[in-house]
Amino acid sequence: MTVAGATIRASEEFAPPGPGSFELPPVFADVTKPMILLTLSVVVIFAVTYAMARKSAVVPGRLQFAGEYVYGFVRNGIARDSIGSQDFMRYVPYLFSLFTFVLLNNYYGIIPFLQFPSFSRASFAYALAGLTWLIYNGAGVAKHGLVGYLKLQTLPAGVTGPILLLIVPLEFASNILVRPVTLALRLFANMFAGHLLLILFAVGAEYLIFESGNGLYIPVGILSFVLGIAVSFLEVLILFLQAYVFTLLSAMYIGSAIADEH
Amino acid sequence: MHEIVLASEEPMPLAVEWSEVVLALVVFAILFFLIRKFVVPAFEKAYADRTAAIEGGMKEAAEAQAEAKAALEKYTEQLSEARHEAARIREEAREQGATIVAEMRDQAREEADRITATAHAQIEAERVQAVQQLRAEVGGVATSLAGRIVGESLEDEARQRRTVERFIAELESQPQRDGADR
Repeated sequence: MTVAGATIRASEEFAPPGPGSFELPPVFADVTKPMILLTLSVVVIFAVTYAMARKSAVVPGRLQFAGEYVYGFVRNGIARDSIGSQDFMRYVPYLFSLFTFVLLNNYYGIIPFLQFPSFSRASFAYALAGLTWLIYNGAGVAKHGLVGYLKLQTLPAGVTGPILLLIVPLEFASNILVRPVTLALRLFANMFAGHLLLILFAVGAEYLIFESGNGLYIPVGILSFVLGIAVSFLEVLILFLQAYVFTLLSAMYIGSAIADEH
Repeated sequence: MHEIVLASEEPMPLAVEWSEVVLALVVFAILFFLIRKFVVPAFEKAYADRTAAIEGGMKEAAEAQAEAKAALEKYTEQLSEARHEAARIREEAREQGATIVAEMRDQAREEADRITATAHAQIEAERVQAVQQLRAEVGGVATSLAGRIVGESLEDEARQRRTVERFIAELESQPQRDGADR
């Protein structure tokens, strides 16, 4: 377990895990573990997806079928449904990269020995959310022009009169300013909290069983350990869900930016 | 390990670490270009090939079905045509038979008429011949009889002819009377 910062003090006093648990020391120079993991993910994702896609056989093998299942999920389930069948193909490479990238980096959190979800480092999430922000606004401006795009994003159809004074700034804030922030924070906070929870159960169990010096705490420690496993299973779902939500929202933002009318 | 964590005093998880932002953008950009260049086209190719294969199969099946249907229609048509033809031939044969019978009947009637006509002509000719013969014989007999009765020779050419002609004129008026009686 990544227990950095967990057992700082002497064994008599329990030190709960906190934000410090995510400030990992550099492995070499200024390079930290999440940086290595993030870079590794690119190699792994490309190697796996390329191996799946390479043959592009009409009758797929098991590997290709699995790849096509994931690809089809992003292509049809996310991109086409959110962007519409006319323009979605342009964004499929981005969305597929995004989904696999976030998914694998999330699952790092429960892979033994790696055990660190990259996006519990907020800056990584900022980078991807910023990229999505650039892409959906860029696509909207390219299609409608700057004024047309701002109109589309800030003027709901059918609204007139003085209420516009209220609606326009609100729409602008929610569609242009807040979206990247919520996108980044949602991913980051889920990874951060989930991982913190796992650390807490693991470290807590360790402390209660081995270091508390009180035999009565041992069953509680075991309960904590079991709960930690249960939370891990919950995490399996959440890690996937966050990757899905991040990709889906990116696709929906793109879709709404290049939509003709509301 | 612990020293470093303690050294960074209050960790701020939300702070922007620019080195991490840049790293994330760079590695993601690499991933994006690799996927766009190699992975997505391969998957799309598989999709397109499969779609083509399935559609091709379906098209072939539809073509085969259409062909079979056309063949069936053709055969049905030919069959009904053949039936029509047979009926037509039968009708024709019947008509032809009727025509032949009628023709034969006409021919027979004509033949009969012809035979009747020939018989009439022959009878007429024989009658005429008999009349002429009779005229010649009756002339000679009558002359000689008259010469005997009158006692006067009617050998004289002119006188004899005059006498005969008068007799024949009488004779010729006689069958007309007979004809009127018949």
